[in-house]
Amino acid sequence: MYYVGIDIGSTASKVSVFDDQELIFNIVMPTGWNSVDTSNKIKEELDKNKIDLENAKVVATGYGRISVPYADKTITEITCHGKGAYYLAGKDMMTVVDIGGQDTKIINIENGRVTNFLMNDKCAAGTGRFLELMANTLGVTLEEMSYMALKGEDLNITSMCTVFAESEVISLIGSGAKREDIARGVINSIIGRITTLLNKQGIRGDVYLTGGLCELASFIQLLSEKIDRKVNTSSLARYAGSIGGALLAKNI
Amino acid sequence: MIELPKRFDEYEESRREGFIKIKELKDKGVNIVGTFCTYAPTELIYAAGAVPVSLCSGNQDIIAQAEVDLPENLCPLIKSSYGNAVTERCPFFYFSDLVVGETTCDGKKKMYELLKNIKDVHVMNLPQSQLNEHDFEYWKAELIKLRRVLEEKFNVEITDEKLRESIKTRNRERKILLEFYELGKLNPAPISGFDLNSAAEAVAFRFDREKAYEEIAMRTLELKEKYERELKGKKTNRPRILITGCPTVGVRKKVIDQIEELGADVVGFESCSGPKEMMELVDETMEPIDAIAKKYLNIHCSVMTPNPNRFKVLDEMIDDYQVDGVVEVILQACHTFNIESYNVKNYVANVKNKPYISIETDYSEFDLGQLKTRLNAFIEIL
Repeated sequence: MYYVGIDIGSTASKVSVFDDQELIFNIVMPTGWNSVDTSNKIKEELDKNKIDLENAKVVATGYGRISVPYADKTITEITCHGKGAYYLAGKDMMTVVDIGGQDTKIINIENGRVTNFLMNDKCAAGTGRFLELMANTLGVTLEEMSYMALKGEDLNITSMCTVFAESEVISLIGSGAKREDIARGVINSIIGRITTLLNKQGIRGDVYLTGGLCELASFIQLLSEKIDRKVNTSSLARYAGSIGGALLAKNI
Repeated sequence: MIELPKRFDEYEESRREGFIKIKELKDKGVNIVGTFCTYAPTELIYAAGAVPVSLCSGNQDIIAQAEVDLPENLCPLIKSSYGNAVTERCPFFYFSDLVVGETTCDGKKKMYELLKNIKDVHVMNLPQSQLNEHDFEYWKAELIKLRRVLEEKFNVEITDEKLRESIKTRNRERKILLEFYELGKLNPAPISGFDLNSAAEAVAFRFDREKAYEEIAMRTLELKEKYERELKGKKTNRPRILITGCPTVGVRKKVIDQIEELGADVVGFESCSGPKEMMELVDETMEPIDAIAKKYLNIHCSVMTPNPNRFKVLDEMIDDYQVDGVVEVILQACHTFNIESYNVKNYVANVKNKPYISIETDYSEFDLGQLKTRLNAFIEIL
């Protein structure tokens, strides 16, 4: 029997597959504009990897979870991320920071179960989308922007609104500010937002980062400095949602 | 001659019906008093021979028109009330001879000033606190003033005898509605929270009071029988939810119905639209004005500072309704409920040890997806 977790996020879709023993592989792909198409592509990928859906339990999660017709069950990304992060970190008491494409979540976990959670406001402020757009405006990739930020001096980006922040960055470029400083300002603005959410929700146990930014070392370093705590993560942390989904599929 | 609004012919059918119904009353010479809130002392209005009626709110489609005059960053309930009033979409406002508002919050009290341009609006000044002797005296003076305003407006005398009579009738009505709401204490619940809340609120828009309350009493009886017959002793794995916070009008579908669709039962309402106003009756043995003042001042709304009774009621309701989790509904820009939610969260989570989530929303549909994810995840925790 195979256990499949499919996490269709606003930007990226992730798939994790377990057999009866262990995690056998993960796939990530862009979600694109149509999550039904994406779920079909995922099905093709599963076929290619010889995963027979007749012999599998599938849990779909993420904002596109309703667009997976072959899922046996849908579970919210909050519960899945909690489960996945617990699998990856294995700490009884932890606080997960999940930075997604369209929202940021703080999830408290005790003994593998979600006890409480908080999500950001209903806009792109403080999300991965915000960083992506700002990197675009600066004409660099997300990785490059994050690296540039380490070499820059903090510069205050006052606007939390993604659209306003974009015009603010454009005027900063126009006024001759250094790109490194702007990059630092952009990263600090999102880190400030995440810190507020973390403090509001309360940090309990180890902090663990999941989502698409889990491999941005410079981002992790700056976040860790700001909250004055170690930020744990792993290269698999972007799959926390799909891993959690696959693990929860075992209960079906 | 009592005229219908100029654009009456363009209204949808249900709205036209609403207008016709209340026009029939007006044609018979009945005086109508529009009210906004549970603080409106209906006993005085009935004793003046007039009929109190709740004014329309909760619809998103009128908000854009309200925002022509009002700021966008204002509670949707105020914007919606105002929009329906000024565009002649609310039959109750349109045919009101007088509107009685209370200074519950800054948004409302300044909105009344604008409404005064088109309607006779009497504003009652509500004290900020309910704990001091002078709060009571202040509120009592406001009731005496309202009594005089109603007497002059409708050219009647509000005798103590008439007041005593309307106190008795209103108390009877409160008991009927409270008993209906208390069906939620049954486990499993014999009626959905959505239906319970909708039916209970619909009474405020009925003019055939006796019949309306009789129907509620009958329904209570039927549902109790249904419980005894079909449900008693049956176990369900649907978690039981208590709603607290702002009025549910306008968000009933997107919050309450959604929670129930996601697999939980909404069993209790600790909100304006719930049994809050019915829990304490007007004391029938006291001087009428004193008794009315005491009852209304004790309403545990977040506009009171401090607001200890809300926590007492939360304590009782979480136990009596066997609640598994608490969902607080906060309307965008409602500062008093939004700030008080800090204490409510701590109380529910740390004293009552129950999961708590607060939802900040308005009457629009743009946050349906996010709301669904939050509520779904909350139910998964339970």
